Amino acid sequence: MMSEGIMEQSETGEQIIQCRDVHKWFGTFHVLRGVDLTVRKGEVIVICGPSGSGKSTFIRCINRLEEHQKGTIVVDGIELTNDLRNIHAIQREIGMVFQQFNLFPHLKVIDNITLAPIWVRRWSKDRAVKIAEQLLNRVGIPEQAQKYPGQLSGGQQQRLAIARALAMQPKIMLFDEPTSALDPEMIKEVLDVMVELAESGMTMIVVTHEMGFAKQVANRIYFFDDGNIVEYNTPEEFFLKPREERTKKFLSQILTH
Amino acid sequence: MKRTGSQTSRVPFWRDIRVLRWVAQFVFLMAVIALILWAISNYRQRGMIFSYSFLDKEASFDLAEGIEFEPTDSYARAFLVGVLNTIRVAVVGIIFATLLGLFTGISRLSGNWLLSKIATVYIEIIRNTPLLVQLFFLYFAVILKLPKLSTAVILPGPAYLSNRGIVAPWPRLAEAFRLWWPFLLLALGAAIVLIVIRRRSQARLGRPGIRAVWVFAAFVLIPLAGWFIVPGRPLWLDIPELIQKSGGVIKVEGGITLSSEFTALLLGLVIYTGAYIAEVVRAGLQSVAKGQTEAARAQGFTNGQIIRLIVLPQALRVIIPPLISQYLNLTKNSSLAIAIGFLDLYAVSQTMLNQSGRVVEVFFMIMGSYLAISLTISLIMNIVNKRMQIVER
Amino acid sequence: MEPSDIPPPRVEVGVLGWLKKNLFSPWYNALLTIASLAFVVFVVRVVLRWALFSARWEVVTINIKVFMIGRYPASEAWRVIASLGIVLVLAALTWFFRKAKGRPIRRWLVLAWIASFPVIGILLRGFGEDNPFMPRVSAEVWSGLLLTLVLAIVGIVASFPIGVLMALGRRSRLPVIRVLCTIYIETIRGVPLISVLFMSQLMLPLFLPPQIRLATVMRALVGITLFSSAYTAENVRGGLAAVPRGQYEAAQAVGLNKALMMILIVLPQALRNVIPAIVGQFTALFKDTTLVVIVGLLELLGIGKAVTGQKQFIGLHQEVYFFVAVLFFICCYLMSYGSRRLEKKLGVGER
Repeated sequence: MMSEGIMEQSETGEQIIQCRDVHKWFGTFHVLRGVDLTVRKGEVIVICGPSGSGKSTFIRCINRLEEHQKGTIVVDGIELTNDLRNIHAIQREIGMVFQQFNLFPHLKVIDNITLAPIWVRRWSKDRAVKIAEQLLNRVGIPEQAQKYPGQLSGGQQQRLAIARALAMQPKIMLFDEPTSALDPEMIKEVLDVMVELAESGMTMIVVTHEMGFAKQVANRIYFFDDGNIVEYNTPEEFFLKPREERTKKFLSQILTH
Repeated sequence: MKRTGSQTSRVPFWRDIRVLRWVAQFVFLMAVIALILWAISNYRQRGMIFSYSFLDKEASFDLAEGIEFEPTDSYARAFLVGVLNTIRVAVVGIIFATLLGLFTGISRLSGNWLLSKIATVYIEIIRNTPLLVQLFFLYFAVILKLPKLSTAVILPGPAYLSNRGIVAPWPRLAEAFRLWWPFLLLALGAAIVLIVIRRRSQARLGRPGIRAVWVFAAFVLIPLAGWFIVPGRPLWLDIPELIQKSGGVIKVEGGITLSSEFTALLLGLVIYTGAYIAEVVRAGLQSVAKGQTEAARAQGFTNGQIIRLIVLPQALRVIIPPLISQYLNLTKNSSLAIAIGFLDLYAVSQTMLNQSGRVVEVFFMIMGSYLAISLTISLIMNIVNKRMQIVER
Repeated sequence: MEPSDIPPPRVEVGVLGWLKKNLFSPWYNALLTIASLAFVVFVVRVVLRWALFSARWEVVTINIKVFMIGRYPASEAWRVIASLGIVLVLAALTWFFRKAKGRPIRRWLVLAWIASFPVIGILLRGFGEDNPFMPRVSAEVWSGLLLTLVLAIVGIVASFPIGVLMALGRRSRLPVIRVLCTIYIETIRGVPLISVLFMSQLMLPLFLPPQIRLATVMRALVGITLFSSAYTAENVRGGLAAVPRGQYEAAQAVGLNKALMMILIVLPQALRNVIPAIVGQFTALFKDTTLVVIVGLLELLGIGKAVTGQKQFIGLHQEVYFFVAVLFFICCYLMSYGSRRLEKKLGVGER
């Protein structure tokens, strides 16, 4: 990649995502109001907040599923602009897991995973299949390889979605409320995979309400409200000593369950 | 290590996504325009011109079907004749096709096995044969094979069915009509007023204040009263008669004549579109979940009420859009008239084109007419659809 | 409670029971049944009496070759049969290997189908005048059922990619493309096929350079293709709308560019949704080929009309058109049957 400003291989601790003063409008609705956020390599960031606060929109701006209108977003040294090449480069480096899974229903489980590596990274089929099988093992569904996504349970489907995202060997993984669409008994199996992923050193940004997960692996928790970050802290500090009123109110609402 | 921080790097325009979008559109537009210009230049090269002045010229051909027309009339009037013929066959066709389709669709769903099977066979045969084949069959193999006028089949009326078509009694306006039509207007007005009153009280009280019977009565009784009040009869029935002329020729006078071409086309369109409408009706009725009728019956509604208040409104929402689409198809299919000699707008246009040589101009007239009809019908459909939307979350 | 030994009343079960329930139960049903029965008996008697006694079927039997291949020279009829043979063999192979997972076979089959078009085209058309083996049979001479099939098959194959592109264009976010595609689609759908045929027949040559002269068959094909593509576009558009937005996002998130996303993810799902509509479109196109009669081409129906004009067969419209109708009915019924089987196999509507 030849665009100016590319960094050499990032070392641990180097900033891998830098967002400065990010604004976005949907028509006249100001959904993101000057968000600043920095993530270092290997960190796990949890973003929580009430619905409509813009948290999903924000992480979707990072991989250009939404377009930000003001401010800068830099991922792994590449700035996210209208440059097609930059956009594609960034999208290859980021993996995303959706609330609705969004698996490809017309392809088998194994083909869901191998599709992108074969067509985008130009791997051979054998290499792709081998990596896919390793990933299926890692997320715990090796026996489902020849089935279709529709035949899997919700928890298995989301784990497949994680495997599909990992197949491109991304540097960053984004999770947009990965467990919100799951039945309660299946949440744990997905969170376990995410915990393993975090502990293996993946850089992750997770939008979720699962506070147990946050306590376990998050480096920082950000509270989003009204289009911006209200406060952020380490998990211990965040839960025990929230500073803002809005944070306290939100915590009281979600922690009483 | 170099950071790109707050500095926006210059994006080369050939990779800039916004630029690319506009470039793509621009190139596309230029390509289309270039194609059009090239086509026009070829046209000019052949020495063709484009002008509508021919419309005022004499047509020098005759039209046997439709309103009054002489060969000395203009092309424009000829086109008008064609348009009116198309409208005539389309409107009558739509009415009868709807009736046939309704009847067949309901029969298909009836509990009577025989009736439902007959309906199914009819629908399958019609839908799997081309319309033109059916038209040819009806025209050449049925209507033209009917007996001559002198030995015509006599239907009650009396109406005469022969290979020249149908001649039937038809009401015509008399002198007294001038005095009678205010009664018709009055009846319409009264009916509208009553309907509005019913609507208002329905909205306020939940029940229409006046029974539907009264609306009907107003519509029928007022003109009836006028009929007897007015001196003389406002309408008289023109009954056809077979008259023997010199040379053994039989002519028919009086009544209304539906030419064999019109009859064949009408029959063909009605039978064909009726089958498709039947399927639309069937789908619409089946779309109302069975639980609806069961719940209604459990609540004590009578059968009539169930159909009127529960099944029909929901079924109609599903039926109306494809139904209107079938009306559109019927109108477009009426252009097949040229194959059996009925002078609809397309057939007249073909004659105009042959006479005057103005191919492109006539072509635009044809397209314009059909597009106007299509867009009108689509507009009506959109309005009807919007008013009938079930409000959903 | 012990199982009862009392059998149900005789009238409720068996043949009598079925008759009662389905044909006679409410009183008005009984009337309807009698009326319908009378109607059916009347119609069947009239038709049978005509078909068996007064109809002169020799017009069909003597002219059967004319119906099939029209004015194609009888000495060269073997080429038509050979073409048919190629198609049947390919179809049988495709059906035989339908379960085959092996890539090579499927790739060969696809290539074979694609190659069959030019091969059959050459086979039917032949080479120059003097060629002893396969003299030229110009496309002007193709008629009868042969022409119907050529028009229908080439029409559907050509209109499909155009229709898909138009559908994508109509859904594009770029206004210029979207507007132009919408105008194209709505204009064609708003006018009868006959006027599109007329346009391609009479108008198209006027807008081409004077040197180019298109055969009548080609012009008709252009008209049919343009017409069908607009309807295909609407069908595909419906299918595209049914693909959830999340699929687009997931494809982008995993790194696929626009083109790959469309080809690998969106279109396969979109098309699968609308297979019944597309096969319906093909059936309609097959029936619509009859309209070329009006521009002077003699496909199956046209040949039938020509046959009734011959001196020894004059006026035998009933027999000829009945035969043509039956042929069409058989073909169309088979097509819709095949479509239903295909739907079931692909599990349209199921997950």
